[in-house]
Amino acid sequence: MNMKISWFNLFKREQKTTASLARERLQVIVAHQRAGRANGLDFLPRLQQELLGVIRKYVTVGDDAIRMNVERDGGLEVLELNITLPEAAGH
Amino acid sequence: MAAIFQGDIVLSKIIVVTSGKGGVGKTTTSASFATGLAQRGHKTVVIDFDVGLRNLDLILGCERRVVFDFVNVINGEASLRQALIRDKRVEALSILAASQTRDKDALKPEGVERVLNELAQEFDYIVCDSPAGIEHGAMMAMYFADEALVVTNPEVSSVRDSDRVLGILSSKTRRAEKAQPRVKEHLVLTRYNPARVDKGEMLSVKDVQDILAIPLLGVIPESPSVLTSSNSGVPVISLDHSEAGHAYQDLVARFLGEQREHRFLTVEKKGLFGRLFGT
Repeated sequence: MNMKISWFNLFKREQKTTASLARERLQVIVAHQRAGRANGLDFLPRLQQELLGVIRKYVTVGDDAIRMNVERDGGLEVLELNITLPEAAGH
Repeated sequence: MAAIFQGDIVLSKIIVVTSGKGGVGKTTTSASFATGLAQRGHKTVVIDFDVGLRNLDLILGCERRVVFDFVNVINGEASLRQALIRDKRVEALSILAASQTRDKDALKPEGVERVLNELAQEFDYIVCDSPAGIEHGAMMAMYFADEALVVTNPEVSSVRDSDRVLGILSSKTRRAEKAQPRVKEHLVLTRYNPARVDKGEMLSVKDVQDILAIPLLGVIPESPSVLTSSNSGVPVISLDHSEAGHAYQDLVARFLGEQREHRFLTVEKKGLFGRLFGT
């Protein structure tokens, strides 16, 4: 009986269960949600959207033109903002 | 002892039952949790914050006794005494129904606070049954809370919504705004089906606990008696032969500080027939 169950599980483990898929997807989603709201910075996605809007008044850029990164060093927080302009922009 | 006495003032606890997602068992949990606290002798009031779509009164079987509601009290059209409904089965339990006709904005923050303060004079526990979503009604149910029962189904959208709600509890509540100790969060996992967990078809308790990272207060097994008890307007905790009811009894005991093992997490042992022919 026990043998039978363990063999059964052995074969089953080869393909991923939907529950483990659910777990993996949620781990990514929740990590993302939490990164956004860490230390009250849940406005970052909105800030990113608004900045994109402002930049697009002057140049045409894609959705990934802005990279934001928050770094913490002791009590200090640094918001790093990278805006990639298209090569022909300006001139 | 439920209440902490400071001189003559009874400090009551405000507990919100919330989830983000609808249909996961908030009202079922609110009704059974409040009933359980009252069965143990604590003066308890449960408030329906779902203005426009009330249903707590139905689950507690007092829908025909609703005369005045929460919004009436907020607007000064009725006194608390007039609006509170005393439960017929459990003496220490009172219900404050939601309004069926007004819109959610009727829950003005100052009004809600005044009613909660008034209830705190009389009750040990104030249980706030939140509506689904994260609109005004849900925000109001959460805002004044000291503790929160986060009701979650072992299912992706429910877990994600619960995490969003945890974000709100830690940033948009009175405790967060006044830099007081944070709202104490409890995970309540409902509609749990151990057989499907075994088959790898459902997230396990451990999965959900790992993802949400808050202490587990109770696991309520999926059970036909949740529906049948709502049919008859009796909270499932009051049924004698219901696993879900027993799980709620355990949950209340744990909330009050008792140590109790979690039950109903594994598939029931098979009988002779199952042992002979099952895998």
